[in-house]
Order: sequence, then C-alpha cells, then structure tokens
Amino acid sequence: MRIHFKTSYEHDIRLFPDWWTFFVYATLIVVAVLLPWIMDDFYLGEVTNVLIWAIAGLGLMLLTGQTGQASLGHAAFLAVGCYSCVIFMEQGLPFLIAFPAAGILTGIVGTIIAIPAVRLHGIYLAIATIALSILTDDLIVLMEPITDGVSGKFAPMITIFGIEIERWTTPDRFYWLVLAITIICTLIYRNLLRSPLGRAFAAVRDSEVSATAMGVHIARTKAASFGISCGITGLAGALMGFYAGAFNNETFSIVISITLLMMIVIGGLGSIHGAFFGAVVVAYLPQFLSIAKDAIGGGGVAIPGLETGVFGAILILFILFEPMGIYGRWMKIRIWFELFPFARKDMFKRQKSYLKTERLR
Amino acid sequence: MSSLLEIKNATLKFGGVVAVNDLSFTVEEGEVYAIVGPNGAGKSTVFNLISRFYDPYSGSITFDGKNLLDRNADQVADLGIARTFQNIELFDHATVLQNLLVGRHRHRRTTMLEEMLFTPRVRREEKRHREAVEEVIDFLDLQPYRNKMIAGLPYGVRKVVEVGRALATGPRLLLLDEPASGLSVEETQDMRWWIDDIRKQMGITVLMVEHDMGLVSGVSDRVLALADGAKLAEGTPAEVQSDPAVIEAYLGAGAA
Repeated sequence: MRIHFKTSYEHDIRLFPDWWTFFVYATLIVVAVLLPWIMDDFYLGEVTNVLIWAIAGLGLMLLTGQTGQASLGHAAFLAVGCYSCVIFMEQGLPFLIAFPAAGILTGIVGTIIAIPAVRLHGIYLAIATIALSILTDDLIVLMEPITDGVSGKFAPMITIFGIEIERWTTPDRFYWLVLAITIICTLIYRNLLRSPLGRAFAAVRDSEVSATAMGVHIARTKAASFGISCGITGLAGALMGFYAGAFNNETFSIVISITLLMMIVIGGLGSIHGAFFGAVVVAYLPQFLSIAKDAIGGGGVAIPGLETGVFGAILILFILFEPMGIYGRWMKIRIWFELFPFARKDMFKRQKSYLKTERLR
Repeated sequence: MSSLLEIKNATLKFGGVVAVNDLSFTVEEGEVYAIVGPNGAGKSTVFNLISRFYDPYSGSITFDGKNLLDRNADQVADLGIARTFQNIELFDHATVLQNLLVGRHRHRRTTMLEEMLFTPRVRREEKRHREAVEEVIDFLDLQPYRNKMIAGLPYGVRKVVEVGRALATGPRLLLLDEPASGLSVEETQDMRWWIDDIRKQMGITVLMVEHDMGLVSGVSDRVLALADGAKLAEGTPAEVQSDPAVIEAYLGAGAA
C-alpha cells in the first residue's frame, strides 16, 4: 500500500497524488497515441467509438453523477451538437471554429432548458427530459430546410491546417483528433472537481437545504451543471456525426438517451473512470454478443431485442449487487490487494444513513 | 447600540397551525443565546425563519441593521450567518475536507471558466481556502478525519464536522440546532468547551436550540423559553429554570 506523506496543501490540489500515478496515466496516454501502429483499422475504429461514448458519458456524468440530476434526454444534446457543427461547416466555417462553437451553442441550449428543469426533482425531471428527447426527433423533421429532415445529412471532410481527416480514409488521424478531445474534456472535468464549482455540484446533489445555507445558489449551480454537461455532450454528438458519416432524425433517438444513462450507472456514478468503463461496455457489447452467438453455433439466427435485453439484465444485476458500478468493483479489488491480507469481508458493507431533515419543498 | 439579530412580532402559520406566534427577541453581539422549549414549540422553525427557508406571515427580522426578509436563503450566508441542522445535513458522498471547503463557498472569487481551466489564480484561491479550513480543523481536532468520507463517520464526529462547516464560512452569527443531541457525556462536554471558545476566541455570537439544560446553563448568557410558538420566559438560565410558567409547560399544571 502506498502511503502519502503530505507536506503541502499543493499535494491535495495537483492532478496526480504521486509519481507512480503520474507514470501510470502517462504510459496510458503514450500507448493510446501509439495505438494506430499497433492495431488494424477495424479495431482502431472501435476504440474511437469507445472514446466518443466516453466523452458523451463524461457530459452526462457531470449532470447525473456529480450534480444528481437524472437526464433521460441527453441524446437531444448530442443531436444539437452534431447538427450545429455540420451546419456551421456547411456555411464555410473551418472545423476548428465550428466544433467549439457547436459545443458552446449546445451548452447555451442546455442552460435554457435548465431554466424550467431546475424546478423539477427526481422522477419529474426524468420525465421532462424524456419529453425533450422525443421532441428533438420531431423538431429535426419539422426543421427540414435546415436539417434535411428524414433524408438526413452527410458529415463533411474535416480539415485542420490543410490536414484532411476522415473516418474511413484516414482512421488514424480521426482517432488522434478524438483522443485529443477526450483528454481535454477529461481535464476540464477533473479541474471542475478540484475547484469550488465542482464542490457546489456535489453539495447540491447531497443536500440542497444545507447547500443553500452555505450560500450556494441552487438554481444557478444546476444551470451551470446543465450548461457544461450539455456542452461536452454536444462535442461528443458532433464527433458521433463524423464517426457515423451520415445521420438523420432517428440517429439520436431516445434509445441513445437511455443507453447513455445506463452506461454511466454501469460504469459507476460520480467518477471519471465510470464514464470510460461504461463506454467500453456499451461499445463492445454488440460485438461480444455476436461473437458469443457464433461460438454457440447460432451465428446466422437473428434474435430481435437480444442486445437491449442483455443490456437491461446487466443493468439490473449491477443495481442489485454493485450499485457503485464497475468503478466501485475496481476500487474494491484494488483495496483488497493493497491491504492484503488484512481486507475484511464486511469492509464495504453499505451503511444505513441517518434521518434527514424533512425536505423543505 | 443596536442588537446583532432582532426579531420583531414574527408570526408563521402552516394552514391552521400557528408555529410561531407574535415572537420578539434580540440577540446581542458576543453573547450565547439559547432557545429551549418542549417538542413542537417552534424552536427549529425560528431557525428556519432566520435562514429564510420560511417566510414569516408577519413581523420583521433584522441582522446588523439589515432587513433579512429582503434576502433569499442563499444570500443569508453572505451576511455572516451560518447554521447547523438538527438531523445533520452533511454532504455524505464527500470527504470531511470537501464538506468544510463547501463552507468557504461564499468566499469564492473565481469564475466558472477560470475553474474549468484551473488557472494559477484558482490554485492560489484554493490554497487560501484550504488555510482557512485547516484553522477550523485544528480548532475542532478533526485532523484524523480530514480525508474520510462522511458516510463512514460515527454520529458524534458528524455533529462536530457540521459545526466545522458552519465555522468555515467565517460567520458573525452561528446558529446551532441541538448541537448536543445524541452525543455522549464526554462529547457534550467537548461541545460545551467549543461553544465557549467560539464565543471567546473567535468572537462569534451563538444562537442555539438545545434540550440539555446542563449545557444550556453552562454556556449561555440568556435563555428564551418557547411554548406553542410564543415566548414563555426570557432571562438568565437560572431565572428561566425557576420560572413557574416554564415548569408548568414542561411538567404540566400543579407540578410547581
């Protein structure tokens, strides 16, 4: 077990607690950068897919895991990000301007949505955001002159300083682009966690009453969370558009919203790792299922709803047996090895919480 | 000299129930003022009125000459009023340190964008907040729990952390809602010394609701006895304890 002897407050503020952790993450990034030389194009595409889902997961994690506001409508923000980025580029804006602009626009849309949404709690917020997801589908069809409705749009070629990036012809460049954006989004998330706003998010999640008594403006904090969350989700949406190549009103359906929420629950609510673990499950489950089907000799038989069914079953099992998600399990295994042989079986037992002050609303 | 906190003719009704009935009292700068009374007397409701969680039906509340009723609940902390809760409202899925740092929220000077980029200014501010919080940790002997999650802490420690979080806001008036409920004899004794020190060393005025008469008579300068939302008696702890009306409210008619 590593023991940190803290000698300054800086120790708790910096990104990595010690050199070993820094070394692990640095190695991870170096391997990630070198990946195009290690893997063939098909698997590289799959990894790109995982990273894009992870960015979307980070966006939702900030809202649901950090601020405690469940959203079942995040596919709507994926759509806003995707359509706005592509439309900006069709108007002649370069990718380097269109892409951040799409993120900012999605963030602003999210903040506007937050104005009525911050008044809703728990299940009511979930219902309202479902409505949002369904509405977006119809809005895309209705706004046909801009969005091309059901016939959909094709993602244009990305050009950065004369370098052409495209999903199929240059998968390695596209992968590096996605990787860079993933790292930036993760850093932003991490920075928020170690600063006052991130703590205010957690305060709102755990007790709105005492957050208010500490001077945290609940509505403004939730709106900020919605804004940043939707901004990051919008960036992921734009990347999804480029990854898919073509998209229409059905690309960002309510199923995507539900998948996103399931993904962060399975990964582990409230942790950056959780978004990544969840993304791996979501992105690889279909492949895993088809390989498993081949293995038992049912390769040719199509089973409708198999994927959704398995996904749902996994979710139920996690909620029952490991509510902390894959990240929670990962932590337990790590602690077990770090403490070996002193880990006890009841160390991770969930504790009943004390009675809370009666809610004031 | 005007009082630090002044409540005048405050009345609050929930439907037909009169929770606070035409109540007036003042808290002077630098004193420890205790509110006692049987269950349902409206003690915590008075706290919720001062924290602006409830709007009084009529009457006025002023703090340091400013009208509290003009402020929203989240602006009360900015004036220098901090509070604890009867049933402990800590942020369970955060560490003791993070809880105390949330207490520093009213001193936040950085913007959202700066925090997303974690500029050097944010880093400087973080260290400043940390220094302030460490003083509170030192004062309340919370060093062993600094990086522990609240969810895993015993009840007695949580009580102290909540007082710490309120102190971290750097208040002028501290509202303690039953600081000793559920504490052991030794923990109550500690709490008593801390309340004494909060007043004497930090110069913070304390307004508290408490049932433990030993603690109340030990630390408070003045006591207000409430029954059914109205003032029953006010004075030194000894005066209030011997007041026939108070004894009647607690023990029933004829006991005195």
